[in-house]
Amino acid sequence: MKEFAYRRATEVRDALTLVAAGDGARYLGGGTNLVDLMKTGVEAPARLVDVRFLPLDGVREAADGGLVIGATTTNSDAAAHPEVRRRYPALSEAILAGASGQLRNMATVGGNLLQRTRCGYFADPSQACNKRVPGSGCAAIAGEHHNHAVLGWSRHCAATHASDMAVAMAAFDAVVHYETLDGPGELPLAEFYPPVGDTPDRETALPPGALITAIALPGSAVSPRSRYRKVRERASYAFATVSIAADLDVRTGSARIALGGVASRPWRARRAEAVLREGPLTADRFRAAADAELSAAEPLPGNGYKVTLARNLIVAVLTELADRAPA
Amino acid sequence: MTDDTHGEIVLRVNDVTHRLLVDNRTTLLDALREGIGHTGSKKGCDRGQCGACTVLCDGRRVVSCLTLAVAAEGAEITTIEGLAGDGELRPIQREFVRLDGFQCGYCTSGQLCSAVGMLAEHAAGWPSAVTADVSPDAPAPELDAAEVRERMSGNLCRCGAYPSIVRAVLSAAREEVAG
Ligand SMILES: Cc1cc2nc3c(=O)[nH]c(=O)nc-3n(C[C@H](O)[C@H](O)[C@H](O)COP(=O)(O)OP(=O)(O)OC[C@H]3O[C@@H](n4cnc5c(N)ncnc54)[C@H](O)[C@@H]3O)c2cc1C
Ligand code: FES
Ligand code: FES
Repeated sequence: MKEFAYRRATEVRDALTLVAAGDGARYLGGGTNLVDLMKTGVEAPARLVDVRFLPLDGVREAADGGLVIGATTTNSDAAAHPEVRRRYPALSEAILAGASGQLRNMATVGGNLLQRTRCGYFADPSQACNKRVPGSGCAAIAGEHHNHAVLGWSRHCAATHASDMAVAMAAFDAVVHYETLDGPGELPLAEFYPPVGDTPDRETALPPGALITAIALPGSAVSPRSRYRKVRERASYAFATVSIAADLDVRTGSARIALGGVASRPWRARRAEAVLREGPLTADRFRAAADAELSAAEPLPGNGYKVTLARNLIVAVLTELADRAPA
Repeated sequence: MTDDTHGEIVLRVNDVTHRLLVDNRTTLLDALREGIGHTGSKKGCDRGQCGACTVLCDGRRVVSCLTLAVAAEGAEITTIEGLAGDGELRPIQREFVRLDGFQCGYCTSGQLCSAVGMLAEHAAGWPSAVTADVSPDAPAPELDAAEVRERMSGNLCRCGAYPSIVRAVLSAAREEVAG
């Protein structure tokens, strides 16, 4: 590991200044991703600015009936919060489906959004990876890629985004709030993670040095019956192969569907949502909705199973939501 | 020498204050084991994947291998060395012994610290990934074998002592939380 300086910031402005000043300075949340990647040399910051002592902790009410989750709130606290569980249960379930009890106690929601991919080539500095070293190539596309993307990838990178939490955030149209030395800004989750294209190293639309301060869940997205379902290679403590956050209003056909494990970002299934709005909500329509979404899939030779899995998962969760709907 | 990348830190471990000179790269796990001499916390993977290094930080279970020692300054840390009361095992330790909650013992200190943290989380009403309904209006999830397995899934046991670990945790649960 490269040597680094460590600072604790207690005011947002100090944190911004400390990161803006130093070459290779980075914010440190729970460290569960950053420290891990520093051990292998994938990340090598010269300075860490610990954000956990900033006044950004906790969940508060928003004027529109939604919630605002402070960036340094731990994953555990966000998942256990009664109003998160009542209004956005799929978010609570998504967080609880990720990592372990210990890691969720350490991890912050800001850090969770910015966690890096689990692609094995990205994690290994001896391998070609356009995300880690732009222009070096992508070893995964011709290599081991059974857990890589089937939607929206490019020949430059087929890595998936690993976060469970972000999938639910995408379904709920969460808005990321940040601060910079030039003032505050916000990004809807749909714009937060840019398409891969030929810049897989550019993972977010945040300006350089931006500090995430909060994630807002809109009141219009309150979905007390929403569900998160995750398929993985063992029963617990593993990243998703495919996952889904979904809600369905059986009266209007209005749905929120986002998929995890299939793309470089949480994948909002807008095509499926459009098919559902055309109603009526029969088993055939659920299948048609899933097919419409997956018609754009381009599996690699080793991950075609994800297309079937994603399709089945969409149908299964929609069926469950329809069955459980109050009469 | 003290510069930007090294420095003296103060760690509170099991109610004792320790002053240590550390390189900022030092993890809490290495500071505990090599700096303070508390070798009860184990290094299985050093990458956050096995739970052998689990300790309590301000009462919450964390993996000490991904916690930087500098970042733990100011927290009250409890390790396996501080888990028992005066010369007496706590219920969870006693039940691990009584019900064979281990074979080689390498994962055990992490399992025990994790179980203590986990039982407090459950007592506080936190749901888990196997809780059928996470709504705060639903009844709090009862601690059964499925809940214990899910909540303890961050602690791997190479010996596969899981069935007896689950039994020991369930058997100690009520007493741990009451005590
Ligand atoms: C063994 C293991 C298993 C895991 N399993 C899962 C899983 O199943 N599902 C899942 O979703 N995740 C999983 N994770 C990943 C885990 O969820 C993330 O590591 C965690 O959420 C990151 O949060 P953190 O606060 O620790 O981030 P850090 O590691 O502290 O930081 C991550 C990144 O975010 C930046 N950052 C942090 N806070 C801010 C801020 N406020 N503003 C701007 N930048 C910031 C940092 O600079 C860094 O680049 C797993 C991790 C491990 C180690
Ligand atoms: S040594 Fe820390 S989790 Fe394995
Ligand atoms: S008892 Fe040997 S690793 Fe768990």
